[in-house]
Amino acid sequence: MSRSVIQASNMEQLLEGIWEQNPLFVMALGMCPALAVTVSAFNALGMGLATTFVLICSCTLISMLRHFIPKEVRIATYIVIIATFVTLVDYIIQAVSLALYEALGAFIQLIVVNCIILGRVESHAAKNPPLSALVNALGMGIGFTIGLFALGSVREILGAGKLFGISLFGEHFQPWVVMVLPPGGFFVLGLWLLFFAWLAKRKEQRPLIHAGDEAIMALRATTEKGARHGA
Amino acid sequence: MQLRASPHLHSGRDVPTIMRHVVYALLPICGFSVWQYGLSSLALIVTVTLSCLFAERVSNKLSGTVNTLSDWSATITGVLLALTLPPAFPLWMGAVAGLTAVWLGKSLFGGLGHNPFNPALVGRAFVQAAFPTAITTWAPAFTAHRFTEFIPSSLTLPLMQPNDISSWVASNMVDGFTGATPLARWKFEHFVYPVQDMITGAASASTGETSALLLVVCGLYLIARKFMDWRIPVAVVGSALLLALAFRLFGGDEYPPAHLVLLSGGLMLGALFMATDMATSPVSPRAIWAYGAIIGTVTIMIRYFGGLTEGVMYAILFGNALAPLLDKYLQPKVFGARK
Amino acid sequence: MSDQQPIHIVPPVNSLRMVRTLMLVTALCGGLIVAVWQITLPAIAANKKVVLERSVRALIPNAAQIVEYDVSDKGVTPGKGDPAAGVVRFYAAYDKDGKLDAIAAEGGARGYSDTVRVLYGYRQACECIFGIQVTQMRETPGIGDKIITDPAFLKNFEKLDVSLSPDMKSLFNAVKTVKHGTKQFGWEIDAISGATITSKAVGRGINDSAKHLLPLLIPHLEKLGKGEGGREKGKTLGSALSIPFPLPPSLFPSEGETA
Repeated sequence: MSRSVIQASNMEQLLEGIWEQNPLFVMALGMCPALAVTVSAFNALGMGLATTFVLICSCTLISMLRHFIPKEVRIATYIVIIATFVTLVDYIIQAVSLALYEALGAFIQLIVVNCIILGRVESHAAKNPPLSALVNALGMGIGFTIGLFALGSVREILGAGKLFGISLFGEHFQPWVVMVLPPGGFFVLGLWLLFFAWLAKRKEQRPLIHAGDEAIMALRATTEKGARHGA
Repeated sequence: MQLRASPHLHSGRDVPTIMRHVVYALLPICGFSVWQYGLSSLALIVTVTLSCLFAERVSNKLSGTVNTLSDWSATITGVLLALTLPPAFPLWMGAVAGLTAVWLGKSLFGGLGHNPFNPALVGRAFVQAAFPTAITTWAPAFTAHRFTEFIPSSLTLPLMQPNDISSWVASNMVDGFTGATPLARWKFEHFVYPVQDMITGAASASTGETSALLLVVCGLYLIARKFMDWRIPVAVVGSALLLALAFRLFGGDEYPPAHLVLLSGGLMLGALFMATDMATSPVSPRAIWAYGAIIGTVTIMIRYFGGLTEGVMYAILFGNALAPLLDKYLQPKVFGARK
Repeated sequence: MSDQQPIHIVPPVNSLRMVRTLMLVTALCGGLIVAVWQITLPAIAANKKVVLERSVRALIPNAAQIVEYDVSDKGVTPGKGDPAAGVVRFYAAYDKDGKLDAIAAEGGARGYSDTVRVLYGYRQACECIFGIQVTQMRETPGIGDKIITDPAFLKNFEKLDVSLSPDMKSLFNAVKTVKHGTKQFGWEIDAISGATITSKAVGRGINDSAKHLLPLLIPHLEKLGKGEGGREKGKTLGSALSIPFPLPPSLFPSEGETA
């Protein structure tokens, strides 16, 4: 994978993180914050931006230091650097919005162990120049933020009838309590994963359909017949 | 070797036939609930069933499989689900429950026979978690104008909070209506509901669980026609009854009398029509007994020691989850085989 | 393994280089953290004050001034940093004539999913709690969060008896959350039906805090309540934050005693 990444242009790298290799919906990484803090669009965006910040800073710094870090102690060094930026983001969020800090709770500190970050550092930033590392981290960060936002907005709209705290359906809206509870996180995540899987499958099938419509129709007819017979 | 295989091909009965007879058995229960609650109940049953059929059709289209509406399973899911909802439940929430039941409870697992959980109960569990207030708002039965007007909350606009029914309840002047089910009244007031009320349908309850007697009669029909395994309801009700008697005997007045446990809530409906779902219950006889006993026990544990007043739904879902394991570990011994 | 593989000569690992790199990186990171900490510290402190002040003001709307104090068995000191063990933080609210109107303090106990923290207001005139503000909770929406909105539940705290026993060492009756519909006495809290665990957390939080705070505080209330001239000040919240106040020795023990 790293070879193709090295050859890909910056723009392609950026888009890869956002879409084709979306950390949440395609690689299914970072599930813990994705399920835990996405009860509202604001929280989701806050978490996404915090992670993006840590991702960009760690990847860029590690990429700059990549020739100096002996490989025997690389993981220790990476963790120290990632933990530093997580601590910084912890302070910054407290300074910007205490409400957001309370809402995100321990999950800010837990960015340290978000596998997206160590994964990016180890598989990309440690082998590529700073600009490439930064672009790659930015793409992944945006992809992760979009993923969290997709979850958070659906959960906030159904769970509270609001988006970013703005009421959408008037005061008589019936909140779907389950959506702001943990099961709601699983339901919405599952639906998004289903949607992405369906998109991927359609893309895969499209050329096939053009190539051999009749073959598929015939195949389908046989299976239908078989199914009926079996029932 | 006794095997309760599904479908029962040996007797010439296919799945649609069995399903059709289950629908017949449910019709008197639906009729009784319509007689009790009038238009609202009728509209709820129709809405939920239609939403289930719609969900099934959409699933068929999306997955490119054959039309499975004719196997009656979506209809049963819809009717059963409607019977577990309170009569005053807003219709739009009923539709949400129906769609969730079929999509989340069945289609996503691959359709009929592949679903690990009873779809109707999945739908109900979802709306219970989503709308905890609406699903515990009960309406009085036998109001004067029930065949000409809806309970106000039934016709709530989609996505909106249920219309308040307190003024409607007051205007109908139902004597002694507390809006609490027999189980809730026991839990919070230690009030023993009169047996007569729990049989004639005067107690607050879900649409289809008001008359334990009628449920038993309809269940017996299915058992007599061998469309249903008698062991499951016997195991569920039997274990619940034994536990209730034991608690009453050794625990004293802290615990409800056994008849209250049997007649109230969804125990009969669940034991006869939900726990017996062929796709989600075990196959071998020993596993069936264990499955029924687990459901009965968990029901009692939730009712007596849990925060909820009623536990049949979660007990059955729990039993469903264990069914494959029970089948695996409680297989009948093969003759001559060594363990 | 039968394949002939070229023999790699592994260069000896230079321990010194590893130590040096790690030290440099940690030094760099340490520097970064301290720098950002110093930059953000005032903003964080201000944010925390604003949040707290908002709760105290919601509890005591007509307070002209709110002052932060700590109390321990050594006496009352101005609120400073995080209170140590055995020290209880409280807020004194003064009316516009400079008279002590009410006391607010925070209590917390474990609820259904996390600690529930409540700020409660105390008045000496009735020896009672006259209101609460939930400052932190993560309870189930629609169930546990009724402790913020349920009017019947909040009514419990309009006049919750926390009078002291005659020896002034403990509460005469412990504040207790009772099952919904069974409240009999002034010191009992009627739980919300269906949210008993959260309701109990509120009661326990108040009880645990009040039983420490009130026996320590009440002997000193007279002095705190003095009028404009003789009033001794702790840290004032909000706009008056920067005004320093001299601390007379009568109220605050000398440094030797505290240490």
